[in-house]
Amino acid sequence: MSEQDLQAIFDKKIENEVKIEPKDWMPDSYRKNVLRQMAQHAHSEIVGMLPEGNWITRAPSMRRKVALLAKIQDEAGHGLYLYSAAETLGKDRERIVLDLLEGKAKYSSIFNYPALTWADIGAVGWLVDGAAIVNQIMLQKTSYGPYSRAMIRICKEESFHQRQGYEILLTLCRGTEEQKAMAQDALNRFWWPSLMMFGPSDKDSPHSAQSMAWKVKRMGNDELRQKFIDQTVKQADFLGLKIPDPDLKWNEEKGQYDWGLIDWEEFYNVIKGNGPCNKERLAARQAAYDNGAWVRDAATAFANKKAKRRDKDAA
Amino acid sequence: MERKDWPLWEVFVRSKAGLSHKHAGSLHAPDEEMAISNARDVYTRRSEGVSIWVVESKHIHSTLETDSESMFDPNEDKIYRHPTFYDIPDEVGHM
Repeated sequence: MSEQDLQAIFDKKIENEVKIEPKDWMPDSYRKNVLRQMAQHAHSEIVGMLPEGNWITRAPSMRRKVALLAKIQDEAGHGLYLYSAAETLGKDRERIVLDLLEGKAKYSSIFNYPALTWADIGAVGWLVDGAAIVNQIMLQKTSYGPYSRAMIRICKEESFHQRQGYEILLTLCRGTEEQKAMAQDALNRFWWPSLMMFGPSDKDSPHSAQSMAWKVKRMGNDELRQKFIDQTVKQADFLGLKIPDPDLKWNEEKGQYDWGLIDWEEFYNVIKGNGPCNKERLAARQAAYDNGAWVRDAATAFANKKAKRRDKDAA
Repeated sequence: MERKDWPLWEVFVRSKAGLSHKHAGSLHAPDEEMAISNARDVYTRRSEGVSIWVVESKHIHSTLETDSESMFDPNEDKIYRHPTFYDIPDEVGHM
């Protein structure tokens, strides 16, 4: 079949909402784009374990501790689903992981902010996972089959993450003045970086238009961000916390909130590697990779020994 | 055979007794024992299964998209393979 025919079949599938599967023909640019997005998403899950991991030993009760452990274990699992999905496009797991360690691949800029207080763990669950869920619900309908299936699985598991975060903040907000102030401080620091998670405005986003045309993404960055804001404001109100945006107000005509300006300079600065924790995060990933090397080697050696013994018994 | 990289395994999970195993996803592991152990942690954290199969991905063979016309289309005009093709009077009752 000629490339033109193959392209026509591909286009028809996209048009008819038929998923693209690993062995199907696809344009190189589609393969590259989806692979980049899935790898970035996988890295975000793995790096996302770091700010929270810091708080496992300091969780204020057993209930909070088991929940946080379970959430972080989920994130490792979500990273694995996504790495597996990314691998179906023909790049080795090892290579994908090394791209992150060598600074060739990105992860969500939000994880370059520190979790300074216990309230931050609440804010991360409520806002960071909340924003991720808005994005991931949209991605359940992505055109690449393995990515879509990973997203469906992840969304099913993720809602507990947001609820456990909100519950932490609710408890703090019903507590002492200091506890409530701690919750407000967490919201103040995490609000704007959470909005940045949706990426630059579509008009400034290098991949947005093409991703939408291929139905890899089903909604634009601006639309998703607005959706997140509209659903989050009343949750903040219920907590009795104030969103740190003086321009935030309900627009009756549009049926949505108007809100202020994002400091995009901060966003690009963090992406470039100058956020508060960029170096620390990569160093932690590198250390995990290096310190795990002997475990990987031992498991490989053991598997080889067992295989040899089996061959011998069979002979 | 000496191997350094961990092969890829496909994971199939039986969600409850009586149902067939269904593809859940894939993972890397050095051998079948570790593959099953990892599959339990990755794919059944919320009681999604009562039994797990793992098989090395390289042992799975599949049809190709380019074959699908010759493979599957011939069935489309064989409607006589379906029960509704046959006219049975209502009086006969359920059949």
